[in-house]
Order: sequence, then structure tokens, then C-alpha cells
Amino acid sequence: MDSIRVKRLKKGYGRGLPPAVDIREGFSVSEGELFGIIGPDGAGKTTLFRLLTTLISPDEGDAVVQGLDIIRDYRKLRTIIGYMPGRFSLYPDLSVRENLDFFASVFGTSIKENYHLIEDIYCRLEPFADRKAGNLSGGMKQKLALCCTLIHSPEVLFLDEPTTGVDPSSRREFWETLARLRRTGMTIVVSTAYMDEANRCDRVAMMRSGRFLKVDTPSDIVAGFDRRLLAVRSDEMFRLLQDLRSMEEVVKCYTFGDTHHVVLKENAACAPDEIGHRLTGKYGHTGVQVREQAATLEDCYMNLDD
Amino acid sequence: MSEDNVIEVEHLTKKFGNFTAVDDISFEVHRGEIFGFLGANGAGKTTAMKMLTGLSFPTSGKGRVAGYDIWTQSELIKKNIGYMSQKFSLYSDLTVKDNIEIFGGIYGMERHAVRRRAVELMDRLGFIAEKNEKVRDLPQGWKQKLAFLVAIIHNPGIVFLDEPTGGVDPAARRQFWELIYDVVDSGITAFVTTHYMDEAEYCNRISMMVDGRMDALDSPSALKRKFGASSVAEVFDILARGAKRSE
Repeated sequence: MDSIRVKRLKKGYGRGLPPAVDIREGFSVSEGELFGIIGPDGAGKTTLFRLLTTLISPDEGDAVVQGLDIIRDYRKLRTIIGYMPGRFSLYPDLSVRENLDFFASVFGTSIKENYHLIEDIYCRLEPFADRKAGNLSGGMKQKLALCCTLIHSPEVLFLDEPTTGVDPSSRREFWETLARLRRTGMTIVVSTAYMDEANRCDRVAMMRSGRFLKVDTPSDIVAGFDRRLLAVRSDEMFRLLQDLRSMEEVVKCYTFGDTHHVVLKENAACAPDEIGHRLTGKYGHTGVQVREQAATLEDCYMNLDD
Repeated sequence: MSEDNVIEVEHLTKKFGNFTAVDDISFEVHRGEIFGFLGANGAGKTTAMKMLTGLSFPTSGKGRVAGYDIWTQSELIKKNIGYMSQKFSLYSDLTVKDNIEIFGGIYGMERHAVRRRAVELMDRLGFIAEKNEKVRDLPQGWKQKLAFLVAIIHNPGIVFLDEPTGGVDPAARRQFWELIYDVVDSGITAFVTTHYMDEAEYCNRISMMVDGRMDALDSPSALKRKFGASSVAEVFDILARGAKRSE
């Protein structure tokens, strides 16, 4: 069954700007699905979240969450969803426990009733239960925000870039928590700038200029990558970037950790060795390594607009 | 202080009551390098950076940044470094050019020197066409570029970039890093914090803080060899696993 069904959705902020969200094809998210959204700043991710959580209403279009219309049924809908905004939105003057108590009481429940949902996160916060939320470190604020979002046992969870500024180990823990919540049947919609996180979603939407350019499972998106890709390195990585871009058979070249990824033109017949020889000979690079590279989700993202 | 180092610290320590936020760290940052400053949330990075940028004093230890003593010359340090925060602030109802001139003025630069430097930097960062646009009308990626530009307007010896790419999508992150490369190429040293482990690979050397200590410092390739890891992310995991402080 579908948890979220969007037919069309349009929202603009005037000022002569194009609409922030302009979804024309529609999409749906199944119950219990972990659905990721990736896209650049200004793609419309946050506006989409605010529409689906009834905080703003669309100019046009309609959408249903858990069978409830985002305009007509907004009051009822608000009681069954959880929304964690990208910006820290708890009460900085209240303690950890007071924040949690407050959010529980607003939804007519208690910490005790749904403690099982937050237990593995809250146990890390418990030693600081009396500390004011404003004085917590970034990682702990984020944990508390998630607890407050979960305390009324929502059916659908909306997380807007929940792991920005969070270190790699804490990010992994956070995603383990999401995987556990998903197993309880909760539908989760999450936006992220991290491709390793997008890879952990059931499906991913790539969003740009208010629209979904692609919605699919990470493996199908990767399988659909139809260009030849090389990974190249040398002792002078910055110069290598410029040199690769100047080559005729190269469509695109971008940094990729300890290598550069090179997208070759469709009809380019050159072998990796040939590129390697040219880099060593004509361009005078040392320590050159060139190999064929299988595409990753990040490569698909980087080549989305071509 | 050696001519080749922009930062030299020895036994730098900062305590808050009986909590040791930064625990006896010693290291150097070489002139002209990109130095990655990594560590888990709560490992002590922010506290250490505050001491390096003249915003707070250590409990003990000594150090020099951009040629000045962290104990006695913190005001001179502030004048001779650049700093860009993830939550950078620009004047959104002023134009690109006005913002540059204001920041140049704050650093006490002569008006004509600001103008000359502004043209040079706008050219380098590809900003010429937008110089009369209001900052609020710029896309986020451009604001970020501008924030970087004003942080180096006074041609500092070193620029501190505190999570400059947090929450930024993969394409814009790469553009920003090419900018860092470009600026470092012009002779400015970059001190960068990041939680993206692929970005750690772009640094000449990286350090990793664990529980207030600096548990590793070397080039990405040397660290990978030393820990038998295939990526910096793995090195980070190995080191972070030993952490006692947790959040």
C-alpha cells in the first residue's frame, strides 16, 4: 500500500522566481519504505518536506499521506507524522528531558509509552537529561531532535538532512537506527547530501529545480549508467584534473577521493593504457595509474544533467 | 618558528574544570599545504581551532600561528589569518562588491588596495559578472564562494575553513574544493575541517583528533599504509573506535 501519493505538486514563493517545487509526473512512497531525496541546494527538497508535512500549502496539485489529504486533513495528518527540520528547532532553554516531555505531551502521549522507539538513542542522552538543549554538542542535539520527532510513534517520518555536520561514526549509528525503525513498518522520507546514505535507501529521488529527474532503486540507477568511466591518479592531482579535462575524448572529469573519475565520450576507443602513456609522455606526470572504473551512485549524480 | 611552518604548537592543552577538551597536542602546519583537521563530534576540534584563531587561550602549552604567539599576540593572529565558518555571514542586501569592500575595510586595508585585490580575486573565482548583484539574489554555491573570497581578501598566510562543505551536494562540494586548490596555489595555506572522508583525500596531510588527543598525523596515503586501510574512512573508523568520549 502507498503511504504517500503525490499526483502533482507546485509551490512558488513569488518574487519572479521559478516555483520551488514543480512535480508534474507524480510519485508514491510505499508503506515501510525508506525513501531518499538528493539534490543541490535550492532543488526544492525542504519545500517538498514542508508541503508534505502540511506546514505550507501548495499553489496547485494534490497529495495524500497515509490516506489523508495534505490540505483538507491537515490537522489529523499532523498527529501521525514526525518531521525533523534541517535546522535545530527544539527549545534551547529547556533541558533534554523537558524537551522530550513537552513534545510527548503536545501529542497526548508520554515518554514511557513509546520509550521502546527511542531507547537506543535516548540511552546515550540520559546522562545529560538535565542539560539545556542549547548547550548540547551538535551530535547530541541531533539525537535529541530525533527522539522528540519519534516520541508520538509517527506512521511517517520526514527527515530533512538529518546528518549534516555529523561525523562518520555517528552517521552510521544514525542510519542503523533508521534501519531499525523501518523494520517496525514506519515509512521514512529522508534528504541527504551523502551518497553513501542515499545508497542505503530503498529508492532514491534525484531532485533538481523543483522536480524529480530520476526515481529508482540505487542499484537500478547505477545499472543505468551507460558511459565508460576511468579512475586516474598521478603525483600531481590538481594539475592532472586540468590535463584530463583538456583531452579530446574526455566528456567530464571530477575528483573522487584519491583518484579522479573520467567520463569518456561514447565513441572514444582509447584504452586506459593509452591515456596513461599520454599523461606520462606528453604531460610529464609521474606515478600515473589508469584503470576502468565501475560507476557508483555518486557518478550517476555527477552525470545527471547530460 | 621555522619559515616553512604557518602553525607550530607544542603541548597545547585546554581544560574546562576537570574536563580536558584538548589534551596535549603538538603539531605543525607547513606553509602552502592543505591541512585536514579531522575528528568525531566532541573530539575537541572546535576548542583547538578557537585557540589557533586567537579566540581563546590554552590552559597550558605554547604555539605560534602566522608568526604570532597565541598567548601574547592573539589580536595580531586575528588580523593575519582568514576564517570561514559553515554558518558564514554576509550582508545580504549589499552587492558582491560592497561586501568585499566592507570586509577589506574591517581588515584595515586601504581603499585602493581593496579594489585591486577585489578585482584579482573576483577574476580568479569567476565573479566579475556578478559584482553588482545583491548577495541575497545569489545561489547558495556562489554565496559560499563569496564567503571564502572575503575570508582571504587581506591575503592572510593561512585560512581556516570550518566545515565549508557541510550539507552541500556532491557537485558543489567538488567545485568548492577546486577553489581551495586554486587559492592554495596562490600561496595561502588552508586548514580545513570536514566530515566527508573523500575530501580528506584531497588534503596534503590530515590529522585525526580522538578524545582531545591528536592520534594520527600524516599524508592520506601514509595513513592508509600504516593502518592497512583502503580508504581514509577506514582509518577514521579504526581510530574512532578507540574513543572513550561518546555522544
